[in-house]
Amino acid sequence: MSATVVTVTSGKGGVGKTTATANLGVALAEAEQRVVCIDADIGLRNLDVVMGLENRIVYDLVDIVEGRCKLRQAMIKDKRLGNLYLIPAAQTRDKTAVSPRDMVKLTDELRKDFDWVLIDSPAGIERGFRNALAPADIVLIVTNPEVSAVRDADRIIGMVEAEEKEPPRLILNRVKPEMVRRGEMLTTEDVLDVLAIDLIGVVPEDDGVITASNQGLPVALNPRSKAGKAFREIARRLMGEEVPLEALQSPNGFIRRISRLVRG
Amino acid sequence: MVILDWLRGRERSSAHQAKERLQLVLVHDRADLPPGKLEALKDDLIEVLSRHVEIDSRAVQISLTRERNEQRLIANIPLAPARARRRPLN
Repeated sequence: MSATVVTVTSGKGGVGKTTATANLGVALAEAEQRVVCIDADIGLRNLDVVMGLENRIVYDLVDIVEGRCKLRQAMIKDKRLGNLYLIPAAQTRDKTAVSPRDMVKLTDELRKDFDWVLIDSPAGIERGFRNALAPADIVLIVTNPEVSAVRDADRIIGMVEAEEKEPPRLILNRVKPEMVRRGEMLTTEDVLDVLAIDLIGVVPEDDGVITASNQGLPVALNPRSKAGKAFREIARRLMGEEVPLEALQSPNGFIRRISRLVRG
Repeated sequence: MVILDWLRGRERSSAHQAKERLQLVLVHDRADLPPGKLEALKDDLIEVLSRHVEIDSRAVQISLTRERNEQRLIANIPLAPARARRRPLN
């Protein structure tokens, strides 16, 4: 048994990397996969609060790397799902406390006991990102349908390709179908056209994500949440299932097709 | 006409502007050639070409384009009007 290491990254901050990591972790664990999530954002840890596990932290990633604890001691078991774990980031250190080689060594140890190792990458293109990227088998790039976020995603795609990793796949997060319909937000097709990468899922904007983070209960646990459903579907796609992409923004597809014809 | 305008609405929409701006900015990002550098390149190009042939330097156009994964630098260099070229050089 050997885990697949999935790194969730974006370039730009605030697009939903941590939310995506927490929700994919929960969704995979609900599908009876053994999952460990690693917060690689040393100095700015947040995956713990999004997963609602902040009160259980004793040791962290840097403690493991520097030999102050055993790997198992820093792994926090999820409150609800017995097969989901978190390795939190250190809060009082910086990214240089860990090297890309440390991350490869750590994940190699975890591979034996898990199906999935999910790494929440920090924003940026420096050391923290390098640490998160080094052990990745699969890279997921999170972006929003906004010029600045897509631009940064393009830069990250170039860097992932330069590392000779498998081509990354895209999570388009925080899509507002109503704005797309009015021509006020980039469509999924626009973003894919510009970035030229494969899509793994589109997540609609959902107030439930905020209330979920208020409570430390990822939306993927909520069967009524639209964003939660999108994350559960992405998890199934990661597991190799063919899950059709729901057309989020195309009740007006007919009109758009006509207008495309008219424009020639 | 009103219907045509409505159907063509997306061309003026902010989403359309976003896509056009993104495509332009990414072409420059990917080539690591910001617009200012491209202008400098154009000036150098005009200087070199002028040593060999008379060109209409004000009409020179240079741009970056992208198709799929291929980047291309396109220069459009009109020669000086024939009459000007035929003038004897003193």
